[in-house]
Amino acid sequence: MGETHSLEDRFQAFVEAENKVEPKHWMPDGYRKTLVRQISQHAHSEIVGMLPEANWITRAPSLRAKLILLAKVQDEAGHGLYLYSAAETLGTSRDQMIDDLHSGKAKYSSIFNYPTLTWADMGAIGWLVDGAAIANQVMLCRTSYGPYSRAMVRICKEESFHQRQGFEIMMHLAKGTPEQKAMAQDALNRWWWPSIMMFGPSDDQSPNSAQSMKWRIKRKSNDELRQEFIDKTVPQAEFIGLTIPDPDLRWNEETGHYDFGTINWTEFFDVIAGNGPCNAERLAARQKAHDEGAWVREAAAAYAAKQASRSARRPAQTHAA
Amino acid sequence: MKWDTCDPKTAYVLHLADDALILGQRLSAWCGHGPILEQDIALTNVALDLIGLARQYYGYAAELIGDGCTENDLAFFRDSRAFTNHLLCEQPNGHWGDTLARQFFFDTFHFFQLEALQQSSDERLRHIAAKAIKETSYHAQFSAEWIIRMGDGTEESRSKITQSLRHFAPFALELFIPAQVDAAAHDLGFGPDVSVLESDWKEKIQSILTIATLSPLEWGFPKKGGKSGVHSEHHGYILAEMQSLARAYPDATW
Repeated sequence: MGETHSLEDRFQAFVEAENKVEPKHWMPDGYRKTLVRQISQHAHSEIVGMLPEANWITRAPSLRAKLILLAKVQDEAGHGLYLYSAAETLGTSRDQMIDDLHSGKAKYSSIFNYPTLTWADMGAIGWLVDGAAIANQVMLCRTSYGPYSRAMVRICKEESFHQRQGFEIMMHLAKGTPEQKAMAQDALNRWWWPSIMMFGPSDDQSPNSAQSMKWRIKRKSNDELRQEFIDKTVPQAEFIGLTIPDPDLRWNEETGHYDFGTINWTEFFDVIAGNGPCNAERLAARQKAHDEGAWVREAAAAYAAKQASRSARRPAQTHAA
Repeated sequence: MKWDTCDPKTAYVLHLADDALILGQRLSAWCGHGPILEQDIALTNVALDLIGLARQYYGYAAELIGDGCTENDLAFFRDSRAFTNHLLCEQPNGHWGDTLARQFFFDTFHFFQLEALQQSSDERLRHIAAKAIKETSYHAQFSAEWIIRMGDGTEESRSKITQSLRHFAPFALELFIPAQVDAAAHDLGFGPDVSVLESDWKEKIQSILTIATLSPLEWGFPKKGGKSGVHSEHHGYILAEMQSLARAYPDATW
C-alpha cells in the first residue's frame, strides 16, 4: 500500500489488460482527441465514399447489378451513421464533425478523390478498396474504445459482403468479352496503387502510430496491414487472370510474403493536400447536399418542436401522422 | 423493336414494371445526396423496393413473351416510345419537396392500385401485389409524413411544398385517366378500372393536406400521354443514362 499511480498509468494498465474503455470512463485528453479524429475521419470516408460509387447507380448494366450497388452505397450511409454515433459518445456532435469536413479541417480517405470512369471501377472498389478497408477494420474490432469496437464488428460483416460482390463483378468482367476483360485490367491498373496507399505511410513516417498502438487503438502497423492485404490479394488477381501493375511484385520464399515495388508517396501526399483528381468535386457535392438540405432540416426541426409543444399541452392525446 | 408486344396482358405488366423502374431510377439518383443521412437511407429503401418490384414484373413479362427474353432485355433494350410509365414517374427530382410531392401522389395511388390488383384474375399479379402492398404502405406513410412536416414546418418549407404539390397535381391526374394499356387490362379482368380509384385517392390526399395545414389543391388540366408511350422530353435522357452501358456492350453479361 501507499503506492500512487497517476490516472494515466491506471488507464494504460487498464487497456493493456485488454479492457474496453467506455464513454463514461476517465480517459486521457489525447486518447479522446485521437479517437474523435480517427472515428470522424472514418465516418466521413464512408459518406464521401458513397459518391464515387453512386456515380454509377443510374448506369448499372443490369437490374440485379443496380440493386446490389444501390444497397451497397446505402450500407455505407449506415456505416457513417454508426461511426458518427460512436464519435458522439466522446462529446463531439455530428454537426460539428460535418462542419469540420466541409471546412477541410477533418480528412477522409484519399482513395475517394479518384474518379470512377467505368463500370469495372465498381468491381475494383469493392474488391480492392473495401478489401483494404477490411484489413484495417478487422483489426479495429479489437480496438480499446468500446463503442468504436462494437461499430466495427457490425461494419466488418457488411464490408466483407461488399468485397465479395466487388470480386464477383471483376470475375464476371475478367471472364467476359475482350472489352470487358480490358475494362477490368484498366480498373485494376488505376486502383491498385491508391489502394495499397490506403494503409497510410510507412511506420517510420506515421506520426500518430506509436501512441495509438500503445493505447491499443491500433493493433497492427500500417506496413503489417499493407503486407497482409497484398499477400491476400495477389493470388485473387491471378485466379481471375488479371495482372497486378507492379513489375517488382514477386513471392519471397524466405519471408513468406510478396515483395513489392516502391510506393509513390509524393502522389499520396499531393492527394491528401487537396490536389487529387476529385478532391474539389467530392467536397463540393457534400457541401451542396448539406446546403440544399438546410431548409429540410429546419422544417423537420420546426415540426418536431410544434409537435412537442402540442403534446405537452395535450398529454393524453397522441398525434398519428 | 424485338420486344414490342401486342398481347394486352404483357403490355399491362410492362406498364406496371415501367412505373416502378422509372420512379426507382429517379429516386436512386438521390443516394449519397440527401439532406439528412437517415433520410438518404430511407429514400434509398424506397428506390430499392421499386426496382425490386420492377424486376418481378419484368421477369413475369419476359416469361409471357418467351423466346429467351429476359428482365434486362425489357429494361435496357426498349426505346422510349415503348415505355408506358406515367408521366409523373419520369419528372425530374428537383428539390426534396418536389421529390416527396411526386412520391406522395404516386405512393398513395400505388397503394390503391395494389389493393385493387389483389382482385386481379391473374394469379401471378395477385401474388406480386400482395407482397408489394406491405412495403408500399410504408412508402405512403413515409411520403405523407414528409408532406406534413414540410406543410406544418417553417414558412419556407410550407411555400416550397405548396409549389411542389401544385406543380405535380396535373401529372397525378393521368393516374386515373384510362389509356389503352390499362383499359384493356380492366376489360380482361386482370387490372382495375383506374378511374374508380380517383375518389379514394383524392380523399386520402386531402386528409393528409389537412393535417399538414395546407389548402386543398386545384388540380388543373391533366398532363397525360406516358401510358401511351408519349413521354415528356425528360424520358429520353433517363433511358440514355440508364441504358448506356448495357447497350454499349449488348453481347456482354454482367
